[in-house]
Amino acid sequence: MLKIKNINTYYGQVHALKNVSLHVNAGEIVSLIGANGAGKTTILNSLSAVTPPRDGEVIFEGTSISNLSTDRIVEMGISQVPEGRQVFKDFSVEDNLELGAYLRFRGREGRAAIKSDIEDMFALFPQLSSRRKQMAGTLSGGEQQMLAIGRALMAKPKLLLLDEPSMGLAPLVVQEIFRVITALRAERGTSVLLVEQNAKAALKIADRGYVLETGKVILEENASDLLENKEVQRAYLGREKKEIWER
Amino acid sequence: MGTERNVLLKYLLFSAAVLVAPIFFSGGYLLNVLVFVGINTMLALALNLLLGYAGQISLGQAAFFGLGSYISGVATANYGMNPWTALVLAAVVVGVIAFTIGFPILKLKGHYLAMSTLGFGIIIYILFNETIDLTGGPSGLSGIPYFSVGEFQFDSDLKNYFLIWGFALLMILFSVNLVNSRIGRALRAIHDSEVAARVMGVNARLLKVQIFALSAVFSSIAGSLYAHTMTFISPASFGFNFSVELLTMVVIGGLGTVYGSFLGAALLTLLPEFLRTLQDYDIVFYGLLLVLMTMFMPGGLVRIPSLVLPFLAKFKVRRQGNA
Repeated sequence: MLKIKNINTYYGQVHALKNVSLHVNAGEIVSLIGANGAGKTTILNSLSAVTPPRDGEVIFEGTSISNLSTDRIVEMGISQVPEGRQVFKDFSVEDNLELGAYLRFRGREGRAAIKSDIEDMFALFPQLSSRRKQMAGTLSGGEQQMLAIGRALMAKPKLLLLDEPSMGLAPLVVQEIFRVITALRAERGTSVLLVEQNAKAALKIADRGYVLETGKVILEENASDLLENKEVQRAYLGREKKEIWER
Repeated sequence: MGTERNVLLKYLLFSAAVLVAPIFFSGGYLLNVLVFVGINTMLALALNLLLGYAGQISLGQAAFFGLGSYISGVATANYGMNPWTALVLAAVVVGVIAFTIGFPILKLKGHYLAMSTLGFGIIIYILFNETIDLTGGPSGLSGIPYFSVGEFQFDSDLKNYFLIWGFALLMILFSVNLVNSRIGRALRAIHDSEVAARVMGVNARLLKVQIFALSAVFSSIAGSLYAHTMTFISPASFGFNFSVELLTMVVIGGLGTVYGSFLGAALLTLLPEFLRTLQDYDIVFYGLLLVLMTMFMPGGLVRIPSLVLPFLAKFKVRRQGNA
């Protein structure tokens, strides 16, 4: 459903993505792993045209979206949960969710459909439902992450781009969030492109994975194979060379 | 925010207060000051939409105000255009200018945006001074006609009071509706996090330029009204200092609040009049007030009720407890 062909993205003079190609099939969860500064977030931002690539092509459901602006891309069915959550702090939880449906107000679904989707989000994240009138800035980190995901889902995406949902969260909260991501795919068939530092957790729920290093894709395999891959274990899963080789 | 009914009620109460105010100040010099409060309210409101809601700073607001004034002034005094037509012409021209410069300028953020709008303000100020053939240069432009409808001329403070406040109330109504709409939410979302707003499908770039242009058009209309009530304008009114004064009004009144714009404009317009008895020392008092306001009331004048009400409620409870 999504195909990226040879994109190059720059920050000024800095060449951040070098001929990156990857794809996501319908209903798939794909994880992007790699060290800090490898270009994981840049891939997501290139996809959503927050930092548009300089060349290469992005194809979504058969049409090229390389030259579209961010709002048109959201309209096509790609929603992003930005790095560091970035919920709207001065808005209530409900208003954050409503903003997620920003483009849908233009359509003819009417407010009732949006209201009922907001309730769906509260069913998905029960923790949020007791805080619906609370300002988003006062939520805990985990709740903010849930809200950020819920907000992105309000746009009814076919493909969800998740940028480090586990960042700065307690292991139990991370588990809960990853559980929801798998549930989403099962219930709605939402495809997910997941960027993670927490490589182990990300590969566990993913079908396939890509490994990034200094702006290049260096490895693409089934997630289970990546988990077994010795080089990946050493570099990203925290196992010492010694442990692996001296067994 | 409050419910829609509260919003309407607040607006009606405010309008009623504006309508009866002249009874208490009739014929006096204070009425003239209230005319200026009206003009400054429009200007502060225009800046507040941009800064308080969308979070984009502009230090060139005086330029849009000045452009409105001068286009109106020159078109009527030099070319005999009808003042109403001139007001519309000025608003359209200023809107187009703002829209055009908005695209490159609003790509910038923070200090850089402040600097570029500042630069724009200074260029326009120099233009007013140097195009002497057209504007009369530093000595000003006189002979600007009053507004009129048929035989009726807006030539007294009282008539101008209603004219200017009529426009101000329309702008307030428009703004209240705007900020409570989907667009208003999108603006505040851009303020909170532009990237997040964009990935929600908000066309942040276009929306910022649009609100910048709206702010410029409001300022231009205020400028035309100013020119035709004063009948004389000079560049000194449209310099950098005035842009900063507008910024102060917005911050003192309350960022991101429609009525805060009025409170800030009222305080900063009325205060110098009352401080006149202090003569040259007024600036000391003025500075002190600014420092105290920003220290103890960062939310602006508009937050006074929310600071005072809980205190009163506590007092009431205690009294009941004693009885």
